[in-house]
Amino acid sequence: MSEATATKSILPTGTWQVDPVHSQVSFAVDYHVGTFRGSFSPLNGTLTVAEDGSATLTGSVPASGVKVEAEQLHGHLQSPDFFDAERAPELTFRSSAIRPAGEGIEVEGELAIRGVSLPVVARGTVKEPTTYAEREYLGLHLEASIDRTKFGIEWNNTLPDGRPALDNEVRINVDLFLVKQQ
Amino acid sequence: MRILSIPGSIRRDSHNLKLAREAQRLAPAGLEVAIFGGLAALPHYNEDEESGQPASTVLELRTAIAEADGLLFATPEYNGTIPGVLKNAVDWASRPVDDPVLRNKPAAVIGASTGAFGAVWAQAELRKSLGIAGARVIDAELAVPFADAAFDDQGRLKDPAQREQLRAVVDSLKSAVEERAALARA
Repeated sequence: MSEATATKSILPTGTWQVDPVHSQVSFAVDYHVGTFRGSFSPLNGTLTVAEDGSATLTGSVPASGVKVEAEQLHGHLQSPDFFDAERAPELTFRSSAIRPAGEGIEVEGELAIRGVSLPVVARGTVKEPTTYAEREYLGLHLEASIDRTKFGIEWNNTLPDGRPALDNEVRINVDLFLVKQQ
Repeated sequence: MRILSIPGSIRRDSHNLKLAREAQRLAPAGLEVAIFGGLAALPHYNEDEESGQPASTVLELRTAIAEADGLLFATPEYNGTIPGVLKNAVDWASRPVDDPVLRNKPAAVIGASTGAFGAVWAQAELRKSLGIAGARVIDAELAVPFADAAFDDQGRLKDPAQREQLRAVVDSLKSAVEERAALARA
């Protein structure tokens, strides 16, 4: 079975648009003894699944749309120390391959953060498509892990014992609520 | 192009004021370096005063920074870090949080101290603080150690290598300003 045919077995054909209200891109990074979490909104995205099963997932969020608990941190995250929103106003993703993986799905693609584009692999699950009020809906959950320093986000602060406070590994969670375009 | 230089010491014969003046002299044609002398007049930063109209001296600082294309900080080192008056100015300029005048502003940090290291700790602390406040801190440095003996009677840097390094810092700052302006036009 070809990759496209295999993909067709888990993803229904059509053009599926992200509903930004019910979708989220969030991140978590270890900070000292805890975990620092945040999210981005609004999320734009489209999943296209052709009749032959070949599929493409694209998405973007504005760097200025980063959401965290503290207002002061919101400003710092947009600054050159982190996402550098002035120079790189968008974070984007474009898949290069989508295939079934075990019970779920694997999505390979290019993630661009701070103007640096690097390959990532996300794994996740597909929720059974449903129809409600004559519209078709599909849910997709994806997880990936990246090294933020490879995208040029190298900020850190040193703890009193000399260790860096902020981890380099960032865990990304994507929850997509997709609506089929008619 | 207008650069605002902020010396971190308010002492009359400040070595860092001399550094700022040297930057004025070494600046290429078309680049104006103004020196901010209002640190001593700023009230202590107090978030309570954020809600109403800030003091006129705070407005002067914010306006001077807003109207500058780039910033050149020259800091001494007091007790291993930035002088309180300088940190106070950074704190005022980092507010209001939704649109502080420091955000994305190209900024360079240099420093002079009477010790053997030329205020490198204070410079590192100031770069960190400016970065957190949202400034575009450029990767250029000048540390002038033994500052008591570093300037001649006219207040010029004696060491030609230090003059060259200061010129290079100003050039890097100029490039960062030009790059930002090109981005705004794009």
